[in-house]
Amino acid sequence: MTALHGVGVGRGLAVGPVLRMPDPLAEPPTTQSTLGPDAEKERVTHALAATAEDIRARAAKAGGTAGEVLEAQALMVDDPTLRTDVDARIDSGATAERAVHEAFGVFRDMLAGMGEYMAGRVADLDDISRRAVARIAGVAAPGVPESATPYVLVARDLAPADTALLDASLVLAIVTAEGGKTSHTAILAGEKGIPAVVGVTGAEDIAEGTTVIVDAGASEVDVDPTPDAVAAAQRKVADRAARVRTTGPGALADGTSIPLLANLGSADGVESAVAAGAEGVGLFRTEFLFLDSTSAPSVEAQTAAYSAVLAGFPGKKVVVRALDAGADKPLSFLNDAPEENPALGLRGIRSLRASEQILRDQLIALAAAQNANDAEVWVMAPMVATVEETRYFTSLAKELGLKTAGVMVEVPAAALLADRILAVADFASIGTNDLTQYTMAADRMLGSVSSFQDPWHPAVLRLVREIGTAGTTLGKPVGVCGEAAADPKLAVVLVGLGVTSLSMSAPAIADVRDELARWTVDGARDAAQKALDTEDAAAARAAVEALTPA
Amino acid sequence: MPERTVVVASSHGLHARPAALFTQTAAKAGIPVKVTKGDRTVDASSILGVISLGINHGDEVLLAAEGEGADEALDTLEALLLEDHDA
Repeated sequence: MTALHGVGVGRGLAVGPVLRMPDPLAEPPTTQSTLGPDAEKERVTHALAATAEDIRARAAKAGGTAGEVLEAQALMVDDPTLRTDVDARIDSGATAERAVHEAFGVFRDMLAGMGEYMAGRVADLDDISRRAVARIAGVAAPGVPESATPYVLVARDLAPADTALLDASLVLAIVTAEGGKTSHTAILAGEKGIPAVVGVTGAEDIAEGTTVIVDAGASEVDVDPTPDAVAAAQRKVADRAARVRTTGPGALADGTSIPLLANLGSADGVESAVAAGAEGVGLFRTEFLFLDSTSAPSVEAQTAAYSAVLAGFPGKKVVVRALDAGADKPLSFLNDAPEENPALGLRGIRSLRASEQILRDQLIALAAAQNANDAEVWVMAPMVATVEETRYFTSLAKELGLKTAGVMVEVPAAALLADRILAVADFASIGTNDLTQYTMAADRMLGSVSSFQDPWHPAVLRLVREIGTAGTTLGKPVGVCGEAAADPKLAVVLVGLGVTSLSMSAPAIADVRDELARWTVDGARDAAQKALDTEDAAAARAAVEALTPA
Repeated sequence: MPERTVVVASSHGLHARPAALFTQTAAKAGIPVKVTKGDRTVDASSILGVISLGINHGDEVLLAAEGEGADEALDTLEALLLEDHDA
């Protein structure tokens, strides 16, 4: 058995035999045309029209986001600039196949040079170019293999035309050699709920018919696993299928309500968050409005963008994080002074305070959006370290018309003084990613110290306990909105430490909801104590894994 | 030749969906429309051309049209660029 690694999409698990996507057609040869320009152009006209028609038919069948992506592809096939280029190449003696291949190639290379964001478009172009060339040559278009029985699809990369039509009842999982988190394969597989691991080194070498275990949660593909591993995986798959059907609000076995909220980065995720049963938004990151800009957007533009998210959650809570420009997401208009240790520098509330007008504008826009919508708006400041910062932020937010104002607890100093901080703030939300990096003194962006970045570490859990205890004593809500909340077992521990709500990416909600439903408050507290009593992250995890829910 | 300078409002720039909408609208004008970002100019009805300009939120682009109805065509396209399709 060999374990291959990539980037997991979702938390699903699947086991089954591999079917490989056929390798793409060979590149059309550069031989001179023997038919003459007019005949070649005629072939192009027919083939492009048929290809566009074929893609539009797929678009209509797929619908939704996938349909829109395909519709845009059909426009690419019809592109007038592309056609002019194709005709020029044919006039110089190229065959129809070669001219179309080269003309798409020009744009493909241009987009590939524009970076990761364009990776999806590059795959689109490669796909439609292959389809058009296959159509001219009169051979079958490359595509998803035909099968009557369920299989794991292994491919170099998938284009939208492939993923859009995948039959989720037959495709158990998808493994691709290329692609990243923003590739179409990742996005559409996530949308269809098909477990996928993309960008897998070594995927090209998996032979047709091999049994594999695809574990999206672990970002791992086990090739040729032992019979025991297969049996264990099959039990997990059956177990998961039986339980992810649980719906409704998050609660423990004894009925204690633990609202499950979604993390959102823009209005794009609203639909999937609602579909996943999110009871609101626990972390609405507002950076997306600012990242591409050289100056802060206007109050009006911000109000409109916030309202777009709030409108999706009438009567529900939406926790908005004030602009968190920081080490990993610098904004030139907030702080462009080079820093030796940006994670310890002028970021979060510190940088907002240094540019107070930007913070004021954001809070004014949020108050306006709050008043124009039915959602309950909670606003919080990022990277608060002191009680004084808490007082500054919450009083400014209240002064500008916001009803509920709190802070993110990511700095150990704030966790240790949680009782003082929560005496001032309306609520606290724990950002476990930063809390872990600051507790362990390990830069979370630095690969060489990534083993320290584990929120299961009992030192991190002790700090969470400080915050949870303060919240319980003062009757103030304490949420968690870091990666930790998406780990079902760790979610139980967090609740045992006094956390009252959990926020995570939408696809993680079902698993966490299910796990919580197996535990009582006392059982969760016991699990938390067992984790606190250990000496490192691995031991804490093992101690809780060993427990039977109670 | 009528021209217009516009700052793109769409929060994800002019990439997938907004680019499709923009080029379809330009094609409907029935007259040549060009769009320029920096030193590159492309046919506004070419989705590949428009995407390859890499137009992001806040970028300044120049629209130019020639022929009957050029001003109306530019009005429509300008309005489209000033709208945030991702909001």
